[in-house]
Amino acid sequence: MLKTFPKGGIHPAEHKITAGKPTETLPVPKTAVIPLSQHLGAPSTPVVKKGDMVKAGQLIAKSSAFVSANIHSSVSGKVTKIDNVIDTSGYRQPAVIIEVEGDEWDEKIDPGKTLKKEITISGEEIRKRTEEAGIVGLGGATFPSHIKLSVPKGKKAEVLIINGAECEPYLTADHRLMLEKGDELMVGITLLMKALGVEKAMIGIENNKPDAVDHLTSLAVNYKGISVHALKVMYPQGAEKQLIKSLINREVPSGALPIEVGTVVHNVGTAVAVYEAVQKNKPLFERVVTVSGKSLKNPGNFLVRIGTPVSELIEAAGGMPEDTGKIINGGPMMGKALNTTEAPVAKGTSGILVFPASDSKREEVQKCIRCAKCVSICPMGLEPYLLNAASEREMWEIVETDRVLDCMECGSCSYICPSRLPLLDYIRLGKSTVSKIIRSRKQ
Amino acid sequence: MSKLITVSPSPHMYGGDNVKKLMYGVVLALLPAFLVSVYFFGIGALIVTAVSVVSCVGFEYLIQKHLMKTTPTITDGSAAVTGLLLAFNLPTNLPVWIILIGALVAIGVGKMSFGGLGNNPFNPALVGRIFLLISFPVQMTSFPKPIVSRTQYTDAVTGATPLEIIKEGISEGIPLSELMGQIPGYFDLFIGRMHGSMGEIGALALIIGGIYLLARKIITWHIPVSILSTIIVFTGILWAANPEANADPMFHILSGGIMLGAIYMATDYATSPMTPKGMWIYGIGIGVITVTIRVWGAYPEGVAFSILIMNAFVPIINKYIKPKRFGEEVKNG
Ligand code: SF4
Ligand code: SF4
Repeated sequence: MLKTFPKGGIHPAEHKITAGKPTETLPVPKTAVIPLSQHLGAPSTPVVKKGDMVKAGQLIAKSSAFVSANIHSSVSGKVTKIDNVIDTSGYRQPAVIIEVEGDEWDEKIDPGKTLKKEITISGEEIRKRTEEAGIVGLGGATFPSHIKLSVPKGKKAEVLIINGAECEPYLTADHRLMLEKGDELMVGITLLMKALGVEKAMIGIENNKPDAVDHLTSLAVNYKGISVHALKVMYPQGAEKQLIKSLINREVPSGALPIEVGTVVHNVGTAVAVYEAVQKNKPLFERVVTVSGKSLKNPGNFLVRIGTPVSELIEAAGGMPEDTGKIINGGPMMGKALNTTEAPVAKGTSGILVFPASDSKREEVQKCIRCAKCVSICPMGLEPYLLNAASEREMWEIVETDRVLDCMECGSCSYICPSRLPLLDYIRLGKSTVSKIIRSRKQ
Repeated sequence: MSKLITVSPSPHMYGGDNVKKLMYGVVLALLPAFLVSVYFFGIGALIVTAVSVVSCVGFEYLIQKHLMKTTPTITDGSAAVTGLLLAFNLPTNLPVWIILIGALVAIGVGKMSFGGLGNNPFNPALVGRIFLLISFPVQMTSFPKPIVSRTQYTDAVTGATPLEIIKEGISEGIPLSELMGQIPGYFDLFIGRMHGSMGEIGALALIIGGIYLLARKIITWHIPVSILSTIIVFTGILWAANPEANADPMFHILSGGIMLGAIYMATDYATSPMTPKGMWIYGIGIGVITVTIRVWGAYPEGVAFSILIMNAFVPIINKYIKPKRFGEEVKNG
């Protein structure tokens, strides 16, 4: 029996049309627009100014708070301005804009492809390099990774969980990474294990990627303590709490972090980034992005410099189709619709999806027929129909006691509702209002 | 590229089911049982079904258009389902005018007076049925004889249902072993060769439709299983205690409206609980009340009453029975 989480979940059509497409390297853009806020937490503080010459891999903005991250240039060239631009969040935010000249990398970086397996530095140094390299969760959450590598006092990490589920439809960036950079991934995991002081790591992969499961299983015999697990294809298998439940059968309590149950979760992309940072001295300035959609001529997986405009990715995938109605940053379940194709690729950009107009509009909404489908599929055990109705009527007390803050915004409820109610829209409203109420209560 | 792109919050993908598809799924699931009724009751089954469905849809249209002044939603299929289920709950020799009254009560009182689909606390078809049972007790309890009355409608030869025979007999002190000889055998009960309401007779066909509903994920197993298992356990205990005065569990689940009730009536979305645990409480309640009415009550059959009674508890059940929250009980192993 394949491992899975016991409660809720849905199985949307997978549409993994780019699964068989090897990663192509996208040319360096002419202008790179590097946002200062690409991670969860405080925006970084720029350390370059207009007119400065920079190289790829050079620090251009440094972490400004406990929860923040360094940012490096992804290109070589001249800083032309630091200005507000619309990024993938849809808002204007400060970014460093660089006119590209050539492609010169910081000399400390080892650009060679040879695998460097031997680990020479201590766990603490691994954590520091991760921090210096500006690595954040590459699955989409973009939480600064080094924070998850320092285990709080009184807690103990027993097992490292590596998220290779890639449960969002369409996305295949992690899938390709597992196939193409398997050894780098294994070394990266070993580094993370050392930093956390754990003997055991488990990689969870949805069973719609049997080639990745087989490949990594065969590699794992050469690395100590790493095991590979096929998981049932069930959205949201790759959600942190669900993945932990599937793999080690522990439930992270409401409001707590995975370390509460002795584990830390990192994405496969993050592990590869840690390998590159520690073994090759290469900060995080490029990533694999899936560019996909039914009408694209050449959908694929591309290795892209951070700061490349989304329009160039779509160009590489065969150009913007006539029938385009929506462009999404991320997967179709949790991704964000973009309002401009000039937004730059950021550290958290796992995919760019181009949807035809026919799939872009919401359908007509009917009244709730109380079919209970939303309740039965909510992986967090919530009652979306109730949270929706109570938020709509501004009954915040009910919204709070019925645990709206446990909602991880996976979108399964809106997906399943036969009345096409925008459940998650109202639940988000409920979440933000309840958070505000709780904050004001504390003051 | 068209100049306008849509910017809406996630998710950007939706499941294939909508209200219409779910409702027509129920209609499809009822088809085998309908065919069984037509086989046994012939023309009467066709007339009752046609009148009930057409009048339910018609009343919904008229009420929405002229009284509520809203856009009629008859195409969602829910009025057709109510009409079909009402027909299934009526004898096939019921005159047209009585069916019309039943349809008006089902749609007008049972559904629309509460605001329509999703807001009604009681199963509309059962509201219609119970209203007719109380208002027209004679017509509602004379059931045509299967097969022989195929070409007859209101003039059909009628007789008592197995439940009526057993109830009557036991109250007169006739031992059960003797009474069982007067009713059809279990195989006949299973395929539907008996006196009874139009759509309740064919247990086998109803189960086939039920499997379809489960496979299509239109309903979950909790309500049918909780009702049937409660009835089996409860009647099993009574039967074991006194097999001469109490019919066995097999007889109970094959006769009367239990299959129809457990699979199709009690699972009505708006009038049943939202959580698995709530569904169990509801199902057990229906099972217990049904057996209580059948064994000790004034009526030979109690499924419709017990579903309506438990419908009334659904808001309380939904208020206090919450789903198992993720991360609530920390059972870490
Ligand atoms: S899925 Fe939609 S229609 Fe069904 S109970 Fe939930 S909100 Fe209501
Ligand atoms: S979005 Fe929230 S409420 Fe909806 S299914 Fe996911 S966790 Fe449950």
